[in-house]
Amino acid sequence: MKIGETSWLADVFIGGSPLPALTATIGVYIVACWIHTLAKRSPLANPVAISIALLVTLLKLSGTPYSTYFEGARFIHFLLGPAIIALAVPLHRQMPKLRGALVPLLGGLVAGSATAAAAAIAITMLMRCPGVTVASIAPKSVTAAIAMLVSAKIGGIPSLTAAMVIVTGISGAILGSFVLGLLRVRRDDVRGFAIGVAAHGIGTARAFQISEEAGAFAGLGMAMNGILSAFILPIGFPALMGWLSS
Amino acid sequence: MNESTAVRAGSKPPTNRETAITRSLAVLLAFQCVGELIAHFTRVPIPGPVIGMVLFLCLLSAAPALAQEVEYVSRGLLNHLSLLFVPAGVGVMVLADDMKGQLLAISIAIIVSTILSIAVAALVAGALMARLERKQTRLNAPKSEQA
Repeated sequence: MKIGETSWLADVFIGGSPLPALTATIGVYIVACWIHTLAKRSPLANPVAISIALLVTLLKLSGTPYSTYFEGARFIHFLLGPAIIALAVPLHRQMPKLRGALVPLLGGLVAGSATAAAAAIAITMLMRCPGVTVASIAPKSVTAAIAMLVSAKIGGIPSLTAAMVIVTGISGAILGSFVLGLLRVRRDDVRGFAIGVAAHGIGTARAFQISEEAGAFAGLGMAMNGILSAFILPIGFPALMGWLSS
Repeated sequence: MNESTAVRAGSKPPTNRETAITRSLAVLLAFQCVGELIAHFTRVPIPGPVIGMVLFLCLLSAAPALAQEVEYVSRGLLNHLSLLFVPAGVGVMVLADDMKGQLLAISIAIIVSTILSIAVAALVAGALMARLERKQTRLNAPKSEQA
């Protein structure tokens, strides 16, 4: 097939209407869920990762640029807003437990959040990545909207950060259960919370597959890490860089 | 609205699901609007939906009956949270194209730091929680049972 021919096709199918992008996204997601079930709900068969892989293949084959796809699919993307508000419902249900465990959760939050940023900064610096990459990766465990704001503030590239945030979420969702299993962490509240702190919303989606309790605590971890990082990273990152270069 | 939710509270889920859907969506979107407005005017670096979620949580503590009302739609959204991340996630293809030389370093950094972060967060929170519970059982054994 010639290039001109495929982009013409893409134009007809994707160009004007959001319908193809929406249909493809939901269709691919259903296939991904089906694969997830076939794989006995293994975290390795992560529905987000499978959906993304299938859609990237589809877009490459049809010669559709990402911006054209997102123009249509943003209606699904928009629902993230109401979904975050909806997190208040499971959180509300866990409230008595949450109130009692506030100090331990804060401890885990600070430790996990600092580890995520410090390890990512250290590894990219050791592997001699440019400063822009280091700044972009620092907020990678933070939920995308906050991470992009932080990235812009500390000299990173927000769109690069967004992609790193997604990859972080998928890694956390896939590897979280194995890591926690190896460490013999069995409590759903602690499991969920740790996945939420390290792997934000995609981790929270995975935690809801474990149990509603894990999901609620993951949502809490995500929100707490977002708020903490929004205030700490813009001050801490330049300070750390200044200290390292002196 | 409060009267009707009070009547339904504790009983079976709302019989008229369609009303529940439109009402829940209205509530969720209204809180998102309020959150976005606060974020916009106070210029705090926190996204509007996160602020809206905290406010909604406060309202739910004050009026617990509302939780039942929005249950159906909330559950639906949260059960398919994965789907909502797909459109943004496909954007990773742009990263892969732009960052060819650094892909290995970035991947290693992301995977290793995420594993470490989960481990550290879980170990610290778990250890502190176990300590707190030991303390509580020592201090007042009957009260800690209710959790």
